[in-house]
Amino acid sequence: MGLEIFNTFILLLLVVVAVTSLWVKDLLVSAVVFGVYSFLMCLLWAEMGAVDVAFTEATVGAGISTVVLVATIFHLRRKSND
Amino acid sequence: MKLFSLIPVFVIGVLLLWAGQDFPKWGDVESPASKSPVSSHFIANTGVDTEVPNMVTAVLADYRGFDTMFETVVVFIAGMAVIAILRGSSVGRPRRKDHEVEAEPDLIVTNTVRLIVPVIQIFAFYVLAHGHVSPGGGFQGGVLMGASFILIALSWDLEKAMSRFPIERCLFVAAMGIVLYGGIGLLSMMLGGEFLDYAELEKILPVSREMARYHAMLGVEIGVGFTVAAIMFVLYANLASEGRLKQGL
Amino acid sequence: MEGGSLVSELFIERLNYCIYVVLLLIGLWAMLAKRNLVKKLIGMSIFQTAIILFYVSIAVKKDATIPIYLAEHDPHGSHAKVVTEQNATGKQDAYHPVELKPETVKGYANPLPHVLMLTAIVVGVATLGLALALTQRIYQGYGTIEEDELLDKLDRADERASQSPIVKEKRNAQRRKSAQQAKAKAAAGSVSKSNTAAKPSSVTKGKKKAQPKKSPSKTSATKAKPKPKS
Repeated sequence: MGLEIFNTFILLLLVVVAVTSLWVKDLLVSAVVFGVYSFLMCLLWAEMGAVDVAFTEATVGAGISTVVLVATIFHLRRKSND
Repeated sequence: MKLFSLIPVFVIGVLLLWAGQDFPKWGDVESPASKSPVSSHFIANTGVDTEVPNMVTAVLADYRGFDTMFETVVVFIAGMAVIAILRGSSVGRPRRKDHEVEAEPDLIVTNTVRLIVPVIQIFAFYVLAHGHVSPGGGFQGGVLMGASFILIALSWDLEKAMSRFPIERCLFVAAMGIVLYGGIGLLSMMLGGEFLDYAELEKILPVSREMARYHAMLGVEIGVGFTVAAIMFVLYANLASEGRLKQGL
Repeated sequence: MEGGSLVSELFIERLNYCIYVVLLLIGLWAMLAKRNLVKKLIGMSIFQTAIILFYVSIAVKKDATIPIYLAEHDPHGSHAKVVTEQNATGKQDAYHPVELKPETVKGYANPLPHVLMLTAIVVGVATLGLALALTQRIYQGYGTIEEDELLDKLDRADERASQSPIVKEKRNAQRRKSAQQAKAKAAAGSVSKSNTAAKPSSVTKGKKKAQPKKSPSKTSATKAKPKPKS
């Protein structure tokens, strides 16, 4: 039993969120769910003891990435065919 | 096409899972990566060499200074490339009609942002300056600083943020960050050491060799923070307005 | 027996690696199979995060703390001062940092993968921004970010580009011939001159493949312009 329950739960949730962000046909929803993915990843890294990496992911991955994705999708078509 | 693309995905998955057996178990203290002399040396000697309690900052800015310097250059080049790609691309192209909202910026939102933006910026400086003893450093502080300007642009409009931080000033600040980083490296070279050998700065700073490295690391982190803050705002400003740099989201 | 132990080895002892592989494959599959360019970029980000997750997870040590010195292990902390008080012979010896012992080294997570991945995240967002800028440019040019529609438009533009010079040349040649035949009775010398003049020009036009290709694609871009409005 190498893995703790918490880690396993977060890891499985990560897979679910990653699939969801690629599944939905609305790109805006996709971008926001990707932000959720980044925050879960940040939580996992903080739990692993990589505090600097978690901090960077929280600011860069969940903050700037999501904003930049939303800003781009604003100028594109919001619907995706697949 | 979709089914066809599953074939390489499965092949790579099987290969990776097959290789996964050889990897160390979760949290293995004796894993090759943790047992290697390099990381043990970093853990054992960072404090002795540099007086920095946060090993990640010390390794980032001192031992692997070259790496971080050129990562900063990569971020700078990405910002320049975004400007080059989008500048003038939407000349003569009318704004989409469904984007034209005539409403004033919301009173509650703008006043809240007015209150929290100074706090965010002070926090950014804290993260930047306190990165030696707590999680944080140039990248995180810079991103927070850029995010504060993005927040202004989101709550008012892009012009408001651009009046505070115009694109020319962004590029100047970004370039100054790299110049500061390279300048500290060159300064230590001129004082008789190697490039980015901060310990030589003891000749001009009234501190010991270890503290010279500590303070040089702070300077380097400030350089990284400048570049990252400016480029993050440039990325947002260009992408939100298709390179027009006005009106925006 | 062998298979059972393999499965337990893979899915119970090393479940984390399985999930990293699954995340990586989700990203890879999205990059290959999704047709929307923004979805492809999100897939790229997931791929990247899976690799970063793998790197960070090999830095984990059991019962280890974060890679920041605890007060009792800090080489310049209070315990270092105790050492200096014990052998306080002068100012030279007062400064006496202590290297960490191998047992205490095991108590800290490995900082090296953290450093490598920290810069990778920041560079990752810079590349994502660059890719999104290119996506916006593609949308401005072609009015779509769906890969199949994009390829259709490119094919059509290519067809027009590859057909038009030859067709134009043929038509021009036919027109010239008919005009020359009509004029042939009037003036025989001028016909031969214009023929020789027309032939080399047609050859050079056919050779310049890049130039004719560009102009139709531009016209298709301008044709695609009104689409996003509707």
